[in-house]
Amino acid sequence: MNNVFVYCEIEDGIVADVSLELLTKGRTLANELKCQLEAVIIGSDLKGIEKQVAPYGADVVWTADDKRLYPYTTLPHNSILVNLFKQEEPQIAFMGATSIGRDLGPRVSSALHSGLTADCTSLVIGDFEDKRLKKTYSNLLYQIRPAFGGNIVATIVNPECRPQMATVREGVMKKEIIDVNYKTEVKSIDVDKFTSPEDYIIEVIERHIEKSKLNIKGAPIVVAGGYGVGSKENFKLLQDLADVLGGEVGASRAAVDAGYCEHERQIGQTGVTVRPKLYIACGISGQIQHTAGMEESAIIIAINTDENAPINKLADYVINGDFTVVVPKLINFYKKNSK
Amino acid sequence: MKGLKIVVLAKQVPDTRNVGKDAMKSDGTVNRAALPAIFNPEDLNALEQALRLKDNNAGTTVKLLTMGPDRAAEVIREGLYRGADGGFLLSDRAFAGSDTLATSYALACAIKKTEFDVIIAGRQAIDGDTAQVGPQVAEKLGLPQVTYAEEILKVEKNKVTIKRRLERGYEIVVCPTPCVITVNASAPECRPRNARFVMKYKHAKADSEMQNATEDYLSLANARPYLKISEWNVNDIVCDHEELGLTGSPTKVKAIENVVFTAKESKKLGTEDNEIDELIKDLFANHTIG
Repeated sequence: MNNVFVYCEIEDGIVADVSLELLTKGRTLANELKCQLEAVIIGSDLKGIEKQVAPYGADVVWTADDKRLYPYTTLPHNSILVNLFKQEEPQIAFMGATSIGRDLGPRVSSALHSGLTADCTSLVIGDFEDKRLKKTYSNLLYQIRPAFGGNIVATIVNPECRPQMATVREGVMKKEIIDVNYKTEVKSIDVDKFTSPEDYIIEVIERHIEKSKLNIKGAPIVVAGGYGVGSKENFKLLQDLADVLGGEVGASRAAVDAGYCEHERQIGQTGVTVRPKLYIACGISGQIQHTAGMEESAIIIAINTDENAPINKLADYVINGDFTVVVPKLINFYKKNSK
Repeated sequence: MKGLKIVVLAKQVPDTRNVGKDAMKSDGTVNRAALPAIFNPEDLNALEQALRLKDNNAGTTVKLLTMGPDRAAEVIREGLYRGADGGFLLSDRAFAGSDTLATSYALACAIKKTEFDVIIAGRQAIDGDTAQVGPQVAEKLGLPQVTYAEEILKVEKNKVTIKRRLERGYEIVVCPTPCVITVNASAPECRPRNARFVMKYKHAKADSEMQNATEDYLSLANARPYLKISEWNVNDIVCDHEELGLTGSPTKVKAIENVVFTAKESKKLGTEDNEIDELIKDLFANHTIG
């Protein structure tokens, strides 16, 4: 009772990085609150899946294993979590701020009349005084997140309602293995008891998810191309630069939609969020849908021929020129200076 | 197949994307009250999906529902200018301070006053950025939901086929109606205003906007009932007052910190050899590369 729960999402039998990151955070908070960390995994063919999450410090792994539960649809996952949470009464529940977490989280929190804060960038424990009701609370979860387009940072608390729920984007927290031999207890959920036939009314008739061979999120340097790159061939130039610098190639949605680049390289609101130490943007205008996914890069270099491109306002260096001229020079001078 | 009754949930939001110099205070923080109010962008994507369904299914009606102060009626007018058939403004001080749960509760109570087959909303608003209201409204109405919709592909009797845009690909799902759909920014842009509709609806007003109406306006409004934007307050909807506003909000704001923006000085370079060489040397020097 009163533990920290993390909903872990899976894709083709692999637990998502964001879930592992949240388990790490959950472990830290559970230590501070002197309670347990429990993971929930809902899907199909889950035999042995606890081996993926136990090393991150999960004391209990709940599994709901049924072929109707994969791929994800809202209602059965919602029913299972709601019923499990009513039974186990967690004080805190986390899930990734992904297309799954942001679909499921609000539904679960509405059913339990609990508070949910989305896209948290920081989670700490603290006290709260409600001046209006003249009540003080201790050991609350502070859910800290940007809002108003990033113009403010808000600290949100859920004083009365449980669980205190938060979603966090991938890459915001760091994952860390506590102990490869961490002892965990697997508890199996009776799917038919927690769901009803009416939960299975949405049908997934087609699914095209690219297996991630790439690790753009983890790349220290990203060389990204936008619509201005102009062609698939030109993207090879960006790959050359990325290879030489030890980075990865990313792309804006416009470049992906135009067929210059694979979708899994897409950076932005409907792609990945990256925070590399260096982000080189070639032929990218910098619409918010893209910049939302890279604005926290440590150093940003924008290469384009448009002085008024929005991305120029974010950049530390703005090179006004054609990337086909600039990128080969960057490669040359890198090689010269690294001797 | 007879036409669909579609309700589009739309929100008037401060334009957090285009912070002009007038909204920047001297201490480097944003004066949110000075930001112009706009139709939330993803709600426009939602409206477009609704209008396309109207284009392709005879007898379909599209009505907007917005919760906000009086001036949120502008959102309804904007919808009318683009092809919607009507709208409802849900407005009352009792809703002030609502978090997403209390907002969804109020919206769900209002929706129960209308007939609908499909509810379509934008995925998230640019002020709160939570993406919570859509799914929470669905939960309160006991309806299935499909989020991250990029395109509504097909509507048949009692079901709708939707393409969803996910992080590393897409998915096509079939969902029974009635249902709630939330639409992404990756969906098609909303069609522009139609001049004919602007002429027709430019005088449309909600009740509270009629306070200072002239005699002339009142006779115009009487002669043209389509100019009346329905307005509901807390007494017009069946709801539990404990679930509204601050009281009905499980989440409380403990603190708000304004982000202080310092003028970013970007170094501007051309493409000359020496400039690129300098840049590379800089990046080596601060250990960004190498």
